[in-house]
Amino acid sequence: MTAPGTTERMTRLLSLVPYLTARPDGVPVAEAARDFGVTERQLRRDLELLWMCGLPGYGPGDLIDLSFEGDRVRVTFTAGMVRPLRLTTDEAVALVVALRALLESPGLAEREAVSRALAKVSAVAGHAGERTTPVALSVDAREQALTVVREGLERGRALHLHYYVPTRDERTERTVDPMRLLLVDGHTYLEAWCRRAEGVRLFRLDRVDDVVVLDEPAAPPAEAHGRDVEGGVYRPGPEARLVRLRLAGSARWVAEYYQVEDVREVDDPPGGLAVSVRTADLAWARRLVASLGGGAVVDEPAELAASVAADARAALGRYAAGARPDPGRDARPDPGRDARPDPGRDARPDPGRDAPPDPGRDA
Amino acid sequence: MAAKRAERLVNLVIALLGTRQYVSAARIRATVPGYEADDGTERADEAFKRMFERDKADLREMGVPLETGRTSAFDTEDGYRIARADYELPELTLDGEEAAAVGLALRLWESAQMAGAAQSALVKLKAAGVDVDPARALPLRPRLDSDEPAFEPCYTAARDRRLVEFDYRRPDEGAPAHRRVQPWGVVAWHGRWYLVGHDLDRRAPRVFRLSRVAGAPRVTGPEGAFEPPPDLDLAALVAGQDGGQEQLVVVRARPGAAVGLRRTAVPLEPADDDEDGDLLQLRTTDLSRLADQLAAYGADVLVESPQELRDAVVERLTRLAAMGAPA
Repeated sequence: MTAPGTTERMTRLLSLVPYLTARPDGVPVAEAARDFGVTERQLRRDLELLWMCGLPGYGPGDLIDLSFEGDRVRVTFTAGMVRPLRLTTDEAVALVVALRALLESPGLAEREAVSRALAKVSAVAGHAGERTTPVALSVDAREQALTVVREGLERGRALHLHYYVPTRDERTERTVDPMRLLLVDGHTYLEAWCRRAEGVRLFRLDRVDDVVVLDEPAAPPAEAHGRDVEGGVYRPGPEARLVRLRLAGSARWVAEYYQVEDVREVDDPPGGLAVSVRTADLAWARRLVASLGGGAVVDEPAELAASVAADARAALGRYAAGARPDPGRDARPDPGRDARPDPGRDARPDPGRDAPPDPGRDA
Repeated sequence: MAAKRAERLVNLVIALLGTRQYVSAARIRATVPGYEADDGTERADEAFKRMFERDKADLREMGVPLETGRTSAFDTEDGYRIARADYELPELTLDGEEAAAVGLALRLWESAQMAGAAQSALVKLKAAGVDVDPARALPLRPRLDSDEPAFEPCYTAARDRRLVEFDYRRPDEGAPAHRRVQPWGVVAWHGRWYLVGHDLDRRAPRVFRLSRVAGAPRVTGPEGAFEPPPDLDLAALVAGQDGGQEQLVVVRARPGAAVGLRRTAVPLEPADDDEDGDLLQLRTTDLSRLADQLAAYGADVLVESPQELRDAVVERLTRLAAMGAPA
């Protein structure tokens, strides 16, 4: 294995002469050092070393020749080093994957430029790019909503939208003044001043339906500030209720998916995990607990357990009353279901995709 | 790195780039400065051999396309050369906006390996005459590979097609289990990183979430140990990880209720004045997940078919109904 410093310096040494060749008028040494991400002292050492290199023969006419005028350096003989070395697989992956990520990033105005850059870079990535890239990216956003929202942002117009609030299983209608688009944890959000809520809200784009650009200008009030999303999008407010759950094995994913506190292993249920989670809306917790289908025991608040149980009894009552399944359809066996591989089994427990909504966020 | 060694390597590259002929090791030893001179002793020969082998390995690792071969039938041993067309980065012209995009993109990497690769790619692009100026705020979070210690080993193993072994903690299991995987690639999906590959013990494709890897993955065995499937679509594998046959499901929803469900459902012909609610048709590849979701709608949604799903929901509701009751 090569020491990382060796490769790094060699890449620089092999790139320096082409770099200077591409800038025939010369470059200030300080600027070149900045471009290569090294100190001026290091760059001078590199240049001195290159000065000793050249074509076999190594006479005055064979060696790389550099000229210094004031603080500028220029190459006068390249010894045949006119182009940089091709990109390695790592370099090609770093470039191509990052450009793809950028292309999918919603808040970027210059998508055209990114896409042109991606095409050009992919073309020169050559053999390194031909192999299946071992990295892929996928961002989920409803393309249609994104297009309209972007148009509103670019034209500085207010938006009218229908927004699905999973916490309450409601479809709401509102007029918002768009501020910016954000990509947080793989989801695209519109940050906007919501005129109905009179506050800054984040709208996840895959929950936005029927969005239209209005003629009136977007005018977020002066007090509307962008949120700091470094720590995630959800911040429980001071009024948030504490919900304490004991999760069985099948429900342990909850601890990874939501911001939970006081996590500890418990024996009841066996292999279980006790967690606390804060929510502004108990309706969210009710849905979460119900969607776990008995995989979570509610320790607190008692009313939560009672309301989940009451809901379930009401549902069972309806099933008992109107029990008339469709025998024709169900008699049919489902061959192959067990035979087929289930690649996702190991990473699976993310039903959170849309199913259990986030703890009383937005709206 | 010692300056002497760097100088020797640069000279070697220049010498081999400057020739169409294959140059023998002996000739390289005689011309390129810095190699142990031939004084007729075995010790000097050995020293040269070791040095030259190491230099070749280093150049290849850097991506220098070192060719071996013979120029004519009279040559008694293999020589070396670097084909300029394979060595040089092809012509690349980026306008200001495109260069800015590249500068922006390269800052998305955070791990040492990828950030290092991004930095050296940047150096090469600058050497190709592209002026890249990275100085803009990013509307992205998280950075591409932040907070994933398992990323680098998994990526490296996938790139080199080597086996990777690690302890994996499924959330529904207390203790981590040892896994041996032929890694096909790593995928960012909804802001989380996954490893996709063939699990040797389970003899099937598997998707692993990197954050559930316990400890450091070990990359083992030789390179090129396997071939990923030819028409591999990594992102699709992760996105469709519940991937199974699609099944049709019919539910009855109370008017005005189950708003979320209706967003993806197809309304069926309203059953003649049935005040029980609207019939909706859904599609799923994972009945158990759908059962979780439907149970959460409580009395607002009843499953009509298939019976398997209806039973699964009733089972969940029965467990839920017992909640809060004395055990």
